[in-house]
Amino acid sequence: MLIDHPLLGLRDAQEFTYLGDASLINRPDWQAENAAQAFHDYLYLRDNPAGEHRELWFHEQGDRSWLVVTRNTLTHEILKVELARDVAKAAGKAD
Amino acid sequence: MAQNNRLSGGLINRDAALNFTFDGKTYQGFEGDTLASALLANGVRLMGRSFKYHRPRGPLTAGSEEPNALVELRSGGRQEPNTRATVAELYDGFSANSQNRWPSLERDFMAINDRFSNFLTAGFYYKTFMWPKAFWEKLYEPIIRKAAGLGSLTGEDDPDHYDKGFLHCDLLIIGAGPAGLAAALTAGRAGAQVIVADEDFRMGGRLIAETGALAEMAGEAWVTETLAELASMGNVRVMPRTTVFGAYDHGIYGAVERNADHLIAPATDKPRQTLWRIYSKRAVIATGAIERPIAFENNDRPGVMLAGAVRGYANRWAATPAQSVVVFANNDDAHQTARDLMARGVVVPAIVDTRPDAPDVAGTEVLKGAEIVDSSGRLGLTSVRVRTANGQTRDIACGAVAMSGGWNPNLGLTCHQRGRPVWHNDIHAFVPGEGLPVGQIVAGAAKGEFTTEAALKGGAAAAVAALSDLGITAAAAELPAATDAPVAITPFWHVKGAKRAWLDYQNDVTVKDVKLAHQENFTAVEHLKRYTTLGMATDQGKTSNVGALAVMAELTGKSIPETGTTIFRPPYTPVAMGAFGGRAVGKDFHPTRLTPSHKWAEEQGAVFVEVGNWLRAQWFPRKGETHWRQSVDREVLQTRNSVGVCDVTTLGKIDVQGADAAAFLNKIYANGFAKLAVGKTRYGLMLREDGVAYDDGTAARLAEDHFVVTTTTANAVLAYRNMEFVRQCLCPEMDVQLISTTEAWAQYAVAGPNSRKLLQKIVDPEFDISNEAFPFMGCGEITVCGGLRARLFRISFSGELAYEIAVPTRYGDAMMRALMEAGEEFDAVPYGTEALGVMRIEKGHAAGNELNGTTTALNLGLGRMVSTKKDCIGNVLSRREGMNTKDALALVGVKPVNAADPLPAGAHLMNATGPVDAAHDQGYVTSAAYSPILESSIGLAFVKGGFDRKGEKLRLVNPLEGQETLVEIVSAHFVDPEGEKLRA
Repeated sequence: MLIDHPLLGLRDAQEFTYLGDASLINRPDWQAENAAQAFHDYLYLRDNPAGEHRELWFHEQGDRSWLVVTRNTLTHEILKVELARDVAKAAGKAD
Repeated sequence: MAQNNRLSGGLINRDAALNFTFDGKTYQGFEGDTLASALLANGVRLMGRSFKYHRPRGPLTAGSEEPNALVELRSGGRQEPNTRATVAELYDGFSANSQNRWPSLERDFMAINDRFSNFLTAGFYYKTFMWPKAFWEKLYEPIIRKAAGLGSLTGEDDPDHYDKGFLHCDLLIIGAGPAGLAAALTAGRAGAQVIVADEDFRMGGRLIAETGALAEMAGEAWVTETLAELASMGNVRVMPRTTVFGAYDHGIYGAVERNADHLIAPATDKPRQTLWRIYSKRAVIATGAIERPIAFENNDRPGVMLAGAVRGYANRWAATPAQSVVVFANNDDAHQTARDLMARGVVVPAIVDTRPDAPDVAGTEVLKGAEIVDSSGRLGLTSVRVRTANGQTRDIACGAVAMSGGWNPNLGLTCHQRGRPVWHNDIHAFVPGEGLPVGQIVAGAAKGEFTTEAALKGGAAAAVAALSDLGITAAAAELPAATDAPVAITPFWHVKGAKRAWLDYQNDVTVKDVKLAHQENFTAVEHLKRYTTLGMATDQGKTSNVGALAVMAELTGKSIPETGTTIFRPPYTPVAMGAFGGRAVGKDFHPTRLTPSHKWAEEQGAVFVEVGNWLRAQWFPRKGETHWRQSVDREVLQTRNSVGVCDVTTLGKIDVQGADAAAFLNKIYANGFAKLAVGKTRYGLMLREDGVAYDDGTAARLAEDHFVVTTTTANAVLAYRNMEFVRQCLCPEMDVQLISTTEAWAQYAVAGPNSRKLLQKIVDPEFDISNEAFPFMGCGEITVCGGLRARLFRISFSGELAYEIAVPTRYGDAMMRALMEAGEEFDAVPYGTEALGVMRIEKGHAAGNELNGTTTALNLGLGRMVSTKKDCIGNVLSRREGMNTKDALALVGVKPVNAADPLPAGAHLMNATGPVDAAHDQGYVTSAAYSPILESSIGLAFVKGGFDRKGEKLRLVNPLEGQETLVEIVSAHFVDPEGEKLRA
C-alpha cells in the first residue's frame, strides 16, 4: 500500500507501524465520574467496519509522524491522510 | 545422440550447440532451446511421473503453465526442485534430473499405484486411512508423503545471492506478445516511463510461435524491430526472464527476474535472481491465453500435448514430439498446427474434430464429428483410437496428439484483488470482470480478444487510455497488418467413457473424480477443489480448472458461470524462497548492532549474547576460568569490593526538550516528575493504558526544559513510539520535542565503592563529584579527559555506589579504555550482562523477567508510586478492583533453606503442605541467580499476598525436572536493604 503522507508524499506502507482505530486519540477525562467505564470503553471497544475506517499509522521508518489514515478496509483505497496532531488539535485536546 | 525430431528453421542458433544431461545421459541442443524443446528434438517424450499414480508423463505445454514435466535442475547446493522443463533455458553444461520416481523414470516402482487407482480416487485420504487412528501419523502419512510427491530439497546451503530492488514507472506492461509490444511502443514513443516484463527469455509471445500471425512480414521480424526500438529509448526498461507474479495494492507489483538461471553459475557477486517491487501508476495486462486440453481416456500419455504447444515447438524451436501427429480439437485454431507441422515435413494422419461442420484442411483427412476415445503406449504414445461420426472405431498410429479444447484468457493477475472473472459465451471462456486491481487495463488475448489484429490494436489502445489518465498524450503506434478473423469454436470438454480421462494432470484428477465429488455432494467449486485437490498443485490449475468446472456444470445441469469460477492468488508461478529472502540470510537475517567499545570487549575475550539486534558482553573470562560462573562470580565480587565497569550503551535514550517537558514526563510516567529539581535524576515506571507496567528507566533533568530519559534495551523502540503517540495524539498543544539519542551516546556504568575515586581521575577537576556536591541521583553535564563533553548520572542498578557516564558515541571506545586504565590501581574489572543480572537480583531491582506484560506497579511493590494526584497513562485502569486485591501477586525474594539448592526461574511455588496443583499455586520464580556475596542461590518471585508473608516457607516445584525445594520468602533486597552503599 502507498500512504500519501501530508508532509512527504506517497510512502510505502512498509515504512509505517500500524496501531489501530483513530478513536484512540479521544482519551477520556481521568477525573470524570465515570472515568473507569469511559477508559474501559476507550481501550477495549472498537468498531470493525467493512468499509471506511479511520486508523492510526506511525511513520516509524520515516519522519515519526503519527497519521490518521482513512482507509476502505474492503478495497484498501486510502481516502484521506491527516497528521494526527492536527486531528487531535481540532478535537480540542487542550493538554 | 542425433536430434531425430529436430525440424528445419526455428529461432534457435544452430551454430551454438549445447551439451546437457538429463538423468545422467548426455544430449545436445542449441542456444534458444528449453530443456523440453531439446529433449523433444532428441526424441525424448518421457520427462516425469505423475503426482499420485506415478503415470509416465511428457510435456503438455510449452510454457509456465506446464503440469507434467517437472524436473530437478542442477545439483549440490544449487539443486532446484519442481522446475518446469518447458521454461528451463538451456546452456552448455546444463544438468537436470527427473523426480518422483524410483529407481528410474522408465522403471518406477511406485507405478504400482496406478493399479490401485480405484482406491486412490478423490477423497481417499479421508476414507481409506481412518483406522486405527494411531496409524495416521506414524504409518499412513509418512508413506503417502513419500509416495506422492514432487522433487527433493538438497539440504545444502544455496551458494548463490538473491537480491531485491525497487522500480517506478508510469506504465508497467506485463507480457511482451503482440498486445504488450504494441502498448510498449505506443507508451515509449509518448515519452512515458515504461517497464515491459515477460517471463520468457525471448520476447514476442505468440508472434514468435506462429507462422502467419502478421499479414506482410514474419512475426519475429516485427518483434526484433520493435525490441530494438524499445531498447534505444531511455524511458523504456525491457525485462525478459521476469515473471510478474503478484498484483498488490495501489499499483504495486511483485516480480522476479532470473538474472543467472540461464548461466552455469552467476558471475561473482551477481545475484541468481532479483525480486522487484514495481510501483506503477498504470499497468497493462497483456498476458495472453492458455490453451486447455480435452479429457479423453488415457489422455496423459507422453506425446499427448496441447496443439498450440506442438505448433510452438515446431515453429520456434524446430522440434516435434514425433514424426506423426494426430490433431484433436473443437476449434479452427488447432488446424493451424496441422498445417504448420505438414509444412515442416511432419506427418499428420488425421485431424479429429468434434464438430460435424468442421472445415477441411488440405493435405490431411479431417474426421468431422469424431472423438479420440482411448490411447495406447506404455512410456509414450503409439496410437489413438478414434470413434468417427458414424460410431465406428479405428486405431491411428501416431507418436503425439496435438489437442485443443479452446483457449482461456490468462487472467491470474486480474484476480489478485478479488476481481471475479465473468463467462464469455463467444469464446466459451472466462474473461476479466469487475474489480480489477487499481490502475489495471487488460488487453489482447488476456481480455478474450484472440486475433493478432485485436491484440495489436488493443495493446496500443490500452497504452493510450492508461497514459491519458496520467495526462500524457499518446498516439497509437503504427502497427503491422494482421489477420482479423475470429476463431470458430464449439464447446467440447470431455469424451464420455468409463475409464480415466485426465483433467488436472499434475494432481491426477480425472473426470471420474469430479463425478465422485458430485455424487458425494461436493458440488460447490470450492468443495470440488478441496475434495479432489483439483488445481492445487504448483501449476495452480492453469490448464485444468475450467475443464473440471465444465464437467461439474454438466453433472449438475447448470451453466458454467452458475457453477462458479475460480480466482487466482499470488504468486502466478512458484517463486524461490531465496528470492523472498534476498540478502537477508545467515548473519544478515537481521542487522547486528555493536556498541562503540565492542572491539575493546573483543580484545578482552568477552563472550557475547544477542539482545535484540545488539551484541552485549555477557562475561569476560580470565585465564584459568573454565566455567562461566567463575567469571561471573569474580566480576560481581570485584565490583562489590572495589569497582567494575559495564557497557550500558544499549539502553534506550530519549532526549526530551521544551517548556512542557516536565508536564510531558508527568503524563508518560506513573510517578510524578513535575517537581524534579534540575541536576537530579528519578526512577520512572511506565504503564500501559490498561494499568500493566511495561517499562522502567530513569529521567535526568539537565535543565528546566531538558530531560534525558532512559528505557530498557528491549523496549527502546516501543517506548519511543508510545511517547510520540502521547505527544502528537494526546497532548498536541504541549511545547515538547523528542528525539532518540540511543546511538548518539556511549554509556558506561561505573559501580563499586571505588567508583568515585576512579571517576575523579577521569572527570575534569573543575567538576566536583564528591558526595556532597554530587549526591545520589545527581546528574550533570561535565567534561572529562581534558575537555570532552560528557554526562554523569549518579544512579545505581547494582546497589553499589555507582555512576553512569555518557560520552558522544565516537569517544566510546576511548572512554572504555580510559576508564580501565584509570581503574588499574583499584583492580577495576569489566563486567558483563550476567554479573549485571546477578547484582540487580541481589538488590531486588525488577527487569524484563518481572516487567513481563502481566504485572502491575502494585505487583512490583511500586503501587504507591502511581500518583493519584495527576493524570498519566494507565492510572485510571490501574485502580481497577480486580488488580488491587489483597492476595495480588507481590514481588519478594526467595532463598532456599539449603543454600546450595538451585532455584530455576519459572518454577512455581506451593504451600509447605497441601496439594501441588494449579488451584493451589502461590506464585512463581521470575529471576534466579547464585549470589557470591551471600553464597546462596537467590531468586525473585511473585507470591500471592507476598508482602505479608516474609519468613514463610514454601515449596518450589519444578515438575519438568522432578525438583522440589523448600524456600523461604525474604525481602527482595538481599543486599544493602537500607541503601547505605549507594548513598555513600
